[in-house]
Amino acid sequence: MSETGATRTLRIHILRYNPQDTTSKARMQTFEVAEAAGMTLFVALTEIRETQDPSLNFDFVCRAGICGSCGMMINGRPALACRTLTKDLPEDITLLPLPVFELIADLSVNTGRWMRDMAERLETWVHGSDMDPDVDALEAPMDPDRAEEIYELERCIECGCCIAACGTAHMRPDFVGAVGLNKIARFRVDPRDERDDRSLYELIGDEDGVFGCMTLLGCADTCPKDLPLAEQIAFLRRKMLSAARSV
Amino acid sequence: MEIVYTDVLIVGGGLAGLRVGIGAKRRGHDVLVLSLVPEKRSHSAAAQGGMQASLANAVRGAGDNEDVHFEDTVRGSDWGADQAVVRMFVNTAPKAVRELAAWGVPWNRVRSGPRDAIINGERVTLEEREAAHGLIDARDFGGTKKWRTSYVSDGTGHSMLYTMSDQALAERIPVHDRMEAIQLIHADGRCYGAVARDLATGELKAYVARATCIATGGFGRLYRVTTNAVINQGIGAAIALETGVAELGNMEAVQFHPTGIFPAGILVTEGCRGDGGLLLDGNEHRFMPDYEPEKKELASRDVVSRRMEEHIAKGFGARTRFGEHLWLDIRLLGRRHIESKLREVMEICRFFLGVDPAKELIPVRPAQHYSMGGIRTDHRGESRTLAGLFAAGEAACWDMHGFNRLGGNSVAETVVAGMLVGEFIADFCDEPDNRIAVPTALVDDTLRSAADRLRAIAGNEGSENAFEVTAAMQQVMTDKVGIFRNGADLEAAVAELTAIHRRSLKIGLSSQARGANPELDAAYRVQMMSKLALCVATGALRRTESRGAHYREDYPQRNDRVWLSRTLAVWPNAAATAPELSDETLDVHSMELPPGWRGYGARDHIEHPDTPDRTAKVEAVTAGTEHNDRFAVQDALMPYTHLLPERYRGRNERIEDGKQ
Repeated sequence: MSETGATRTLRIHILRYNPQDTTSKARMQTFEVAEAAGMTLFVALTEIRETQDPSLNFDFVCRAGICGSCGMMINGRPALACRTLTKDLPEDITLLPLPVFELIADLSVNTGRWMRDMAERLETWVHGSDMDPDVDALEAPMDPDRAEEIYELERCIECGCCIAACGTAHMRPDFVGAVGLNKIARFRVDPRDERDDRSLYELIGDEDGVFGCMTLLGCADTCPKDLPLAEQIAFLRRKMLSAARSV
Repeated sequence: MEIVYTDVLIVGGGLAGLRVGIGAKRRGHDVLVLSLVPEKRSHSAAAQGGMQASLANAVRGAGDNEDVHFEDTVRGSDWGADQAVVRMFVNTAPKAVRELAAWGVPWNRVRSGPRDAIINGERVTLEEREAAHGLIDARDFGGTKKWRTSYVSDGTGHSMLYTMSDQALAERIPVHDRMEAIQLIHADGRCYGAVARDLATGELKAYVARATCIATGGFGRLYRVTTNAVINQGIGAAIALETGVAELGNMEAVQFHPTGIFPAGILVTEGCRGDGGLLLDGNEHRFMPDYEPEKKELASRDVVSRRMEEHIAKGFGARTRFGEHLWLDIRLLGRRHIESKLREVMEICRFFLGVDPAKELIPVRPAQHYSMGGIRTDHRGESRTLAGLFAAGEAACWDMHGFNRLGGNSVAETVVAGMLVGEFIADFCDEPDNRIAVPTALVDDTLRSAADRLRAIAGNEGSENAFEVTAAMQQVMTDKVGIFRNGADLEAAVAELTAIHRRSLKIGLSSQARGANPELDAAYRVQMMSKLALCVATGALRRTESRGAHYREDYPQRNDRVWLSRTLAVWPNAAATAPELSDETLDVHSMELPPGWRGYGARDHIEHPDTPDRTAKVEAVTAGTEHNDRFAVQDALMPYTHLLPERYRGRNERIEDGKQ
């Protein structure tokens, strides 16, 4: 609802398909919702499920923009539904599940499996010499700026928007995407991770890794956390080229 | 139907569950985690402000140690906590932070030299010590004597959860996500695992395990207005309750956080006030010093939330079309601080309110936030009445928070409990007597009973709607079992919740979709949640005193003489519409810190007859061991070290150690 104008009736067009149900056929279904002040797509979709169609599937967890569960295509762009205000959208709103990920039903996709596969392949954990440290002793000091630099890259919430927006990810099922490359960048700046560029090259030095990126920048355009994905990928590519030359 | 065997079954993929799993796995046991959602989306990620541990690196944390953290936590609990468990916790918290530091959490670090800060509304310059440079920093939080809260900007839970989840991956711990445990497998006082429902396919699976650990977090979604994620429905506690054997403890102890944004209830961290933010009323007057001259905005959460509601009731709220609220002012912290240390707050304000908190005020009002109660366990995290069933984190009541939890003590608890319970579960599994011989008939019967329940809902032509019944329950809880409670409202609440529970048994489905079926999810959940709601409401009605977050307008005093006890709830008769409640008495004579005034809030409690005697004894011991070290004093008052797993008994090193 605008501050001055009358209440709008939103027409929300949603892709319906339940692969578990052999009788289900993919189709678009339209729901009408009276817009309310401060309404988000979380509020609108919950209202549709509770008052119009209880079989509608979608994923929300935190509904506060921090858990990354609710990525979906909103009028053609991947975004977090929970923090999308309907007042910023036209009356006709088209919602589709994120592409690339396995469809569970309607707007619900299996990002969990995709992210876990990627994490296992890239070994997205600190490879340190002492992972069972003496916890009674003072912690090892870290440069305060370095700690903030790591957090800057650690803010990724694995929502999958960068994958949905990525040309390579659509064509190449094993491409680790901006989410994967950003993780490598995060561990690369972490002094606790002892992997060098040569060993990182083994993980991302091919077309499923940093050389698969076509620099279309859909990732950087759609990242809800404004992560510096384009710079990180460009930087990593240069570092991986140097690592390859040093082999 | 499928049966999966493992050594340790963990229900819940948040910080507590994953850390329990890592501990048990490192001790050589097979571990399997069930999670409602991909584990990195667990509600642990929503913890913003930080984790308490007495590292004493920051200059305003100087002099901090386990003793100070212990006293703050016990006072915060309003003497409801198990003091031995609090001791175990405060000794392990620094180890937990340090372990996570080695595993990859980018804790904010101390920068030596001058540091600008806002304290009590004034800009001051602190001088951070050279020796602390690069060590883990701390910020101020409510109810604490020292700056003790380790943090990663305001994404502390996110960083901790990602690090923990990545460690679990490194340890090759499988996580089955979109799996909801809906019934425990148990017989003759022994738990053997759980039956779980695949939320994507609708299929049931049995997981048989030597030890089962519930780490499903809290039950905020019993309330309409809550900071909790939509998955925090308390189903883990509910399946324990539905065994009829396991006990829940202190379910009436429910915390309301002072700063949920209004009206959506989304949390903005206590770090806002810890870092110097103020609470203002509708006239933009800073009102907290009028009520709490000592701790002001940084009294414990129960006290601040009550003062806020009290101030609104006096007519000082800001009015909007949605109702009344107060303001949180963090403008004085400056844009640079907000953009680096309160980034999530910045984003939440921007996206949900269209507010720039560096320039504008944030509308806030208290919202349900935390469940102090949960599955009652011993100090090892095991149910006292159902062997082989463990619980950790917010789902558990072991009981370190009593009737009010301090900010920063919950993420700390998740990891600490994970470390300790992980060891105790490994000990349990090492014990040859704890091997299991499970009759397949038992597993089959449990699967069948779970399937029958779902079939009964799907096949029943019931007239009730799952979402309407849930909303009715949430409205009753928010209206009548909230911050201010009284006998008349609670009696009405119990009656209404009883009716709601009966309605939940008559829910029919309008959709018989195979596979994912959110209506069916909601239907069986509200049958369980309404039982938890009845535990909360009946416990609150029965407890005729005010303690911590449980506040009775008709019994405003804390009454140690009658109510120095924990409420236990069991539900032995499945067809009943109320739990059976009893008391577990707390022993003043074993307390290291005998009951007294908290240092904030009301001063007029009714004393327990044993308190003067115990206080005199504590004073005598403290005076008598004057020349000994603090460890000897502590040990003379309340020995607890023997309760800890051996590997976590060490003393915590601090930079000040050399100077004492």
